[in-house]
Amino acid sequence: MQVSMEINGKAVSIDVEPRMTLADCLRHHLGLTGTHVGCEHGVCGACTVMVDGAAMRSCLMLAVQADKAKVVTVEGLSCDEALSPLQAAFRKHHALQCGFCTPGMLTTAHALLSKEPQADETRVREVLSGNLCRCTGYTALVEAVLEARDAYQGGQEA
Amino acid sequence: MKLPSFEYACPATLAEAVRILADHEGEAKVISGGQSLMPVLAFRLAAPSVLVDLRNVPGLDRITITENGVHLGARVRWCDIESHDGLRKAHPLLVQGISHVAHYQIRNRGTVGGSLAHADPAAEMPGLAVACDAEISVQGVAGSRLIKAADFFDGALSTVLEFDEIITGIRFPAWPSGRRWAFEEFARRRGDFAMAGVALHFDLDAAGRACNAHVGVIGVCSHPCRLTAVEEVINGNVVEEDLVAAAAKAASEAVAADVTGDMHASAEYRQALIGVLVERALAHAQV
Ligand SMILES: Cc1cc2nc3c(=O)[nH]c(=O)nc-3n(C[C@H](O)[C@H](O)[C@H](O)COP(=O)(O)OP(=O)(O)OC[C@H]3O[C@@H](n4cnc5c(N)ncnc54)[C@H](O)[C@@H]3O)c2cc1C
Ligand code: FES
Ligand code: FES
Repeated sequence: MQVSMEINGKAVSIDVEPRMTLADCLRHHLGLTGTHVGCEHGVCGACTVMVDGAAMRSCLMLAVQADKAKVVTVEGLSCDEALSPLQAAFRKHHALQCGFCTPGMLTTAHALLSKEPQADETRVREVLSGNLCRCTGYTALVEAVLEARDAYQGGQEA
Repeated sequence: MKLPSFEYACPATLAEAVRILADHEGEAKVISGGQSLMPVLAFRLAAPSVLVDLRNVPGLDRITITENGVHLGARVRWCDIESHDGLRKAHPLLVQGISHVAHYQIRNRGTVGGSLAHADPAAEMPGLAVACDAEISVQGVAGSRLIKAADFFDGALSTVLEFDEIITGIRFPAWPSGRRWAFEEFARRRGDFAMAGVALHFDLDAAGRACNAHVGVIGVCSHPCRLTAVEEVINGNVVEEDLVAAAAKAASEAVAADVTGDMHASAEYRQALIGVLVERALAHAQV
């Protein structure tokens, strides 16, 4: 089936099988391997992308369901070579070790702060609790997201 | 695992969606949010020949509050319930219960109708529907019908829906002012399926005694149910310490015959847990 989407600001049109998940479509058809696939059944959060502004698990969505949607992946979070404030906060706080969960953490945190720039620690913990990380112990992740809030005040998307 | 192969249909009307289901005689499946169906397909527990996506069917995503209660369209998502302005006042128990459903990203896609049709024994929506005497509306080729939530679930992951029927919405009866209510569940992590949960509400008569008690439980039996034995303990009495303890004991006894264990928790554990949750719920019941 033919699917047209806007991915990280660029229009794409591709032919996919209906059973192709959005995650596999991004990785295998479009070469956007920043989106990671951990569990393939919705429990780890590594595959999180933004679809029409909301965080979603791309392994729990068919590519054909993203027809006409705007998709933002981890590759779309920084506009040029520089790190976004959220990414910079991750680096500063050592919020990643092996990096497997990182794309999902970044997209989830970006979606959250874009909608709720005032999110407090409880809210950040609640939202990130759906994403599994085997390395960091989460404390650094929470600190990084809390620090990055400043960049999201005033509604501009960092 | 990769999903089994299927065809995909995205009809623009309910009638067309129902027609496709009927034509495939049980081989087609509806996909709404996909947050339960996609894992089922990934584990290859089902291999439908066609998926019928409801996303273009108009009118299913509305939340309506009237004097007859709260009506949720089948495509209303968990995040819609969470962010709705009037709902917390119109049905506080519903909003509180749904706050426990799944994680952030899943809440942006998962829907009311999908949860009802999937009928997970530990899911909040089916439990709330049974606890609150809700009515589910469905549409098939032969027409529409209303099914009481109490008659809708007939086993784990099983409902009385026919293969050509689509859930269109659910109505919760109006919520009188002054009603006492509580929702308590226990899960290892917020957003995970509960090992057990309780949704309860009751009213107070002129003398301050509880009446019209509804006590619904999830996660302990094959499908959500009301514990009438516990309701009988509560009705006609003032809710104080001794009554709370008696109700908790009655709850553990009431589920004894049906309670099932699995890798998450043994039957004995769940039986004890349901008593504790009923105790907490009654002790914390608020207006
Ligand atoms: C990691 C994880 C954790 C979760 N935790 C919880 C939790 O704590 N509590 C909870 O309640 N849920 C939980 N869920 C499930 C989630 O809430 C689902 O969104 C919900 O159960 C199904 O809704 P859906 O719209 O995604 O349905 P789908 O996945 O699209 O469909 C589920 C089933 O319902 C059928 N169906 C869908 N819509 C209709 C309709 N309108 N009429 C007839 N049949 C229909 C489908 O054919 C399918 O069989 C969790 C899911 C995941 C992946
Ligand atoms: S790969 Fe999608 S949630 Fe794990
Ligand atoms: S950094 Fe290794 S899983 Fe999170």
